[in-house]
Amino acid sequence: MSGLRVLVGVKRVIDYAVKIRVRPDSLGVVTDGVKHSMNPFDENAIEEAVRMKQKKIVKEIIVASCGPPQAQETIRTALAMGADRGIHVEVPAGTDANLQPLGVAKIFAALVEQEKPDLVILGKQAIDDDANQTTQLLAGILDWPQGTMASVVSAGDGALTITREIDGGLEDISVSLPAVISADLRLNEPRYATLPNIMKAKKKKIAKMDPASLGVDITPRLKILNVVDPPVRQAGDKVPDVSTLMEKLKEKGHL
Amino acid sequence: MFCVRRCIRPTLQQLAKARGISSSCIDPNIGLTTDQIEYRDAALNFAKTELAPYMQIWDLSEEFPIETIKKSAELGFGGLFVSPDYGGLSLPRHDGSVIFEALSQGCVTTASYITIHNMVNAMIDTFGTEDQRAKYCSELSTMEKLASYCLTEPGSGSDAAALVTRATTDGSKYIVNGSKAFISGAGVTDLLVVMLRTGGKGPKGVSALIIDTATPGISYGQKEKKIGWNNQPTCVVNFDDVEVPCENLLGAEGQGFNLAMHGLNGGRINIASCSLGAAQQCLEDVLHYTNDRKAFNQPLNANQHVQFKLAEMATELTTARLIVRQAAKSLDSKEPNAVALCAMCKLYATERLFKVCDDALQLHGGYGYLKSYPVQQFWRDSRVHRILEGTSEVMHMLVARDLLKHL
Repeated sequence: MSGLRVLVGVKRVIDYAVKIRVRPDSLGVVTDGVKHSMNPFDENAIEEAVRMKQKKIVKEIIVASCGPPQAQETIRTALAMGADRGIHVEVPAGTDANLQPLGVAKIFAALVEQEKPDLVILGKQAIDDDANQTTQLLAGILDWPQGTMASVVSAGDGALTITREIDGGLEDISVSLPAVISADLRLNEPRYATLPNIMKAKKKKIAKMDPASLGVDITPRLKILNVVDPPVRQAGDKVPDVSTLMEKLKEKGHL
Repeated sequence: MFCVRRCIRPTLQQLAKARGISSSCIDPNIGLTTDQIEYRDAALNFAKTELAPYMQIWDLSEEFPIETIKKSAELGFGGLFVSPDYGGLSLPRHDGSVIFEALSQGCVTTASYITIHNMVNAMIDTFGTEDQRAKYCSELSTMEKLASYCLTEPGSGSDAAALVTRATTDGSKYIVNGSKAFISGAGVTDLLVVMLRTGGKGPKGVSALIIDTATPGISYGQKEKKIGWNNQPTCVVNFDDVEVPCENLLGAEGQGFNLAMHGLNGGRINIASCSLGAAQQCLEDVLHYTNDRKAFNQPLNANQHVQFKLAEMATELTTARLIVRQAAKSLDSKEPNAVALCAMCKLYATERLFKVCDDALQLHGGYGYLKSYPVQQFWRDSRVHRILEGTSEVMHMLVARDLLKHL
């Protein structure tokens, strides 16, 4: 298998190490002035594409991101890791919270129509909404096979063998191309963006477009009612014997 | 082993608690272009992953982390200021400062060694012949070979021009005799740039030679036991009738002192930048600590004294950063005041930021005194920045000289 063209999706999210604060209006979290970086699973996605390119299975990597103007930084990081060119589907700053998996999947379907890749690789979920939906929705819209939660991807004759991390353990599947894959953390160890590659990436092209020009309606279908901190951990109770324990559990409605 | 595990735990805790300091008054990204922010991110990522988890372990074992240092070359950190023809990135000093500050948040000692290596590589690239640059710079940029800078001697530090290591020549080669002291990386590095006397007294009699450490006649004193910079070997280097080919002369005869001082201008910005990284990390750590630690029924940071102390530390840090970056910009534009600015930036940053690390240690209370907390290592490691590559006292001399020159 060789000469494949791959479309990789990346998302700009709040950095995993940041302490999250709920907004005063309880409709989301504070994002202003907070450190953002590439979604960790998307790093695995880009890394896998770059490795496949190094093995000459892939010949071109296109990286795409849907988001505000700052999403360009995330695309640049992907270019510095080895992607060939970028596509930025821009939404106005401050409205990116309204971008939901269905909208993103539709945008990617339009990009697939435009770029005609052989393979789409996304991160399995974004660490801000933890949705784990875009890959599956995209595969459904395109009517393409999907290999989600991939922790091993190997190229065979006209098909990919994928090991999936599932609840019961590991599952091996064979997926014919074109297909959509989502990357899991153990798929690979993402490389550092080196300074020379960051400098080279400046010359790589990033095409800009918006959802409307792709004919996609990204109006949210889900409405966020309330965002709250998890409850503060309460102290436990020590009980003298089993019958008191049963009583307490019944009292609290756990039995 | 028990000690090693105890060392790892607080460091991982610090990593997990890294807060978003974007847009805060101590954000190192203030004033940076998008490109510079990308460079800083790359360096900081390397620092947090490859340096921070090990810095305390390396300090205790005194291991020089050669593999990690060479790994940094894969990211381009071996030849930041060197021409791309020889594997370098030709970055301005300002970008270098941003990068070294970020690396120092991971490990001051390792970052400092990388600055020294870069200083030597840049000296050969700037003053060397085509042959010398081709022969040495490429290997230094990939860190296939590591370098040390040899100026100080047992008998002369601040009075560098009084050096006595001598190179005599019969026309076909130089023969070097003497000793150099406090040499960072000595015993492990492959290449030395050595300032020595080829002529008469004073600076005009000094020349610089590139010397391969495999040359017969070179020996090392015992590795010094220091209070900081422990994961970098420091030794006396002895030269006993060491034969060096004439083509290893760097620059012209008699130019060695100028060359050495030229290298140090950049070196001072680099060391000051390492102090910035140390203070940044100490301040971030102590902001968390004073938020978590309770005394008298409230977190430490509910006390106005603590808040005011943190505010002073933050103001020193951001101010120091400004002068270091300005000195770097002036050096990049070759301003006539660049030498004095480099001296000022080292003087200000190393002195004030050591006090920031000291305040951070104090705010940690008893825990600040334990080796299981990183703050004491930043304090010990940054203490030497007030001394090497030109003491604070010599920095005073250079600034005063500039002032009097303009009367």
